[in-house]
Amino acid sequence: MLELSQVTAGYGAFTALWDVSLRVAIGEAVAVVGPNGAGKTTLLRAISGLIAPRAGRIAFEGADLTGHPAYDIVAHGIAHVPEGRRLFPLLTVAENLKMGAFLPTARAHFRESLERVYTLFPVLAERQRQRAGSLSGGEQQMLAVGRALMSRPKLILFDEPSMGLAPVMVLRLFDMIARVREGGFTILIVEQNVRQVLKLVDRAYLLEVGRIKVEGRAADLAEQDFVRQAYVGL
Amino acid sequence: MTPLRVVGLLALVALALGPMLPLGAAQEYIWHVIIQIFLWSFVGNAWSLMGRFGLVSLGHGAFLGVGAYATVLFWNYYGMTPWLGGVLAVLVTVVLALVVAYPCSRFQVVGHYFALVTLAVGEVIRLLIVAERDWTGGSLGLTLKTGGAASGWWTLQFADKRVFYYVGLAAWLFGLWVWWRVDRSMARSAMEAIGEDETAAASVGIRVTRFKMAITALSAALTALGGVLLALYLAYVNPDTLSGIGVSLRIVFAVVLGGMYSLLGPFVGTALTIALSEYLRIYFGIKLIGIAETIYGLLLIIFIIFLPAGIYGSLAEAVRRRVRRAPGRVAIGT
Amino acid sequence: MIDPIFILEAVVNGILLGGVLALLALGLNLIFGVIDIVWIAYVDLVALCMYAVYFLVTHYGWPLWLAGLGSIAVGALLGAVVHLLIITPILASPPINQLLATGGLLFFIQSAATLFWSTDHRSIRVSMPTLEVGGIFISVTRLLAFGLAIAVMIALYVFLTRTYTGTAIRAVSQDREAIALMGARPQRLYLVTSAVGGAMAGVAGALLIIQYAVHPYFGGAFGPLTFMICVLGGLGNMVGAFVAAFIMAQVISVGGVIVSTEMGYVIAFVIFIVLMFVRPGGIFAKRA
Repeated sequence: MLELSQVTAGYGAFTALWDVSLRVAIGEAVAVVGPNGAGKTTLLRAISGLIAPRAGRIAFEGADLTGHPAYDIVAHGIAHVPEGRRLFPLLTVAENLKMGAFLPTARAHFRESLERVYTLFPVLAERQRQRAGSLSGGEQQMLAVGRALMSRPKLILFDEPSMGLAPVMVLRLFDMIARVREGGFTILIVEQNVRQVLKLVDRAYLLEVGRIKVEGRAADLAEQDFVRQAYVGL
Repeated sequence: MTPLRVVGLLALVALALGPMLPLGAAQEYIWHVIIQIFLWSFVGNAWSLMGRFGLVSLGHGAFLGVGAYATVLFWNYYGMTPWLGGVLAVLVTVVLALVVAYPCSRFQVVGHYFALVTLAVGEVIRLLIVAERDWTGGSLGLTLKTGGAASGWWTLQFADKRVFYYVGLAAWLFGLWVWWRVDRSMARSAMEAIGEDETAAASVGIRVTRFKMAITALSAALTALGGVLLALYLAYVNPDTLSGIGVSLRIVFAVVLGGMYSLLGPFVGTALTIALSEYLRIYFGIKLIGIAETIYGLLLIIFIIFLPAGIYGSLAEAVRRRVRRAPGRVAIGT
Repeated sequence: MIDPIFILEAVVNGILLGGVLALLALGLNLIFGVIDIVWIAYVDLVALCMYAVYFLVTHYGWPLWLAGLGSIAVGALLGAVVHLLIITPILASPPINQLLATGGLLFFIQSAATLFWSTDHRSIRVSMPTLEVGGIFISVTRLLAFGLAIAVMIALYVFLTRTYTGTAIRAVSQDREAIALMGARPQRLYLVTSAVGGAMAGVAGALLIIQYAVHPYFGGAFGPLTFMICVLGGLGNMVGAFVAAFIMAQVISVGGVIVSTEMGYVIAFVIFIVLMFVRPGGIFAKRA
């Protein structure tokens, strides 16, 4: 479904990704793990169109989306739940969700999508009129995911969703992502919390200093040394 | 002696000798234009003392106006010699500047807020001048009473433009010297730090409020002095030419056009804008009133969009790049 | 001593004036709040719209209400053109350059207006009655202008809160990248914002030409006042601007009756500076 071929990308004079290639098949849940500064966020920003790759190709469902702007890429069906949530703090929960459905195709199914999000996250229904900036960390994460769902995507990118959440919330978070996956969405998740995310996904890539070092089935990778080291290191 | 210094010295000599040169029938006019350039460059330099550190004031017309009007009023109504009147005018202006600068400096009124607050101050002064028309002459302006027999150094009124030529030249050079001294002082580093990050600057012990107020006071004082000299030279003051947003914008334009961060930037910018507006005025005469200004405004917009570093700044940058690429030097990397 | 009835009349007129001033301030604030650029030439654009209404009515014989609509169209067009030609190239420039670009526009408009239409003051004769309510005289013209101003502001509120585009405009000022991730184009939102700001200038122009005469330096009279109101209310703060507009209008109106019209403005400015001492971020400063 999603195919990156030898993508190189960065900011200004600095290159964060070198020659990255990866695939995500329909219905899969794939993780990209790696230490801080490995380039994981850059990877997702390149896919969602916030930055344009310097080299390489990004294809989605056969269409070449390399260098397309963000507003076009979401129209093709890729939703990005950004690092740090990036909610609109002064808008209410309901308004944030409404913005998620900005695309014409999403607007047509607004009611339906909203129902689904409120069913998945009842607490958001309760706090409809509350300003997004005043929600708790866990609620904000739910809102960010809900907002992404409003655009009726096919593929959802999660950027470090567990960041800044209390350990109890982290468990609930991965639970929530599993439920989203069951809803029929394809998932690409970038995470530092290696152990938890490997329980959730089918396959994973290890990104270090901008390059893919390892790739494999989640179960296989979980056995490997680097995972154990990473867990201890955390 | 570096080549630059030689050129500078020669230019200085040429300027000093200027009035001696026979310039033909139009010489009175040429001196008039040059004097204006000197005085307005002086004001521009004064403004740039604040502008280069991020304190963008759109209200320097206030300082100019107070300096100019105070001098004229002291002379017209109290017979006070401009030597004293001018000093008082500058002092009054500094007080005004400190009054405005205090809340702005202390409470971090910066950027757009600061620009608009200063704009308001500039307008208050203009409105006050117009409102108190009984003694300020309102929109019609006020003429400096002739000193009659007492003309000369006591009243600083001269029939001969050449005296003002040297006064203007001296003022302009003085302004450059002050700019140069500030540029070399600790204040400059402190102000640049403040300009970049006030909180960080404060945390390393820089007295932010004090520096900001000091630089504002200095800038205002010099601008007021410019106002004093302009009032004496033109022997006529008018709220629209010496205060208000119009003149404030012109000052800023000239400086930014020429290059805000360089010593001679304000001079280059002022010389160009004055030359331009004079040229347009002569060319169009009284045929189409307003066309000169319209073209002026249009050119300013275009310049700001396409030459953001100003003329002098852009030229300096271009020269620097050429020097780097001079043959015989090995370029390492990009 | 001044008859209290005149003070009361001044208060009422102040309220009516406040409505139109609020409209001006909101238009300016909308653009600043979203795009982060102060249109120094904003009130000069309003003046251009005033000229538009004037010429449509006096030279082309349009009925006033139609000319008003024309003014809105002209305003929206001007807003879009200014944004595309002047603002877009300088979006990334330092604030001083941005201020000077719109400042240059101010020069340009004022001198072009002098060039084309001379410095004559032009006004539209509107024959509307004067109401008398409890001893005070209220001009129906002013009342009408006030009512329309309020109506437009309500319409703006509805636009910004109920429509997708309006909400997106609020969103883009909070997080430009995030709104792009939702499928909205920030550049297009900026353009719409500028057009809406321009349209509001158009409304303001129509409402002002029936009360005041227009001349090339009209912006010099109302411009600084509008900026002051915006700063007082907190730059970018719509509610703040609304309130500040009425406060300032009261000072001008009542001060104008007690002292003189011009001193009314001076007092307003001085109060502004004093309030800057007390609340430098504006009386309703947005808490970061």
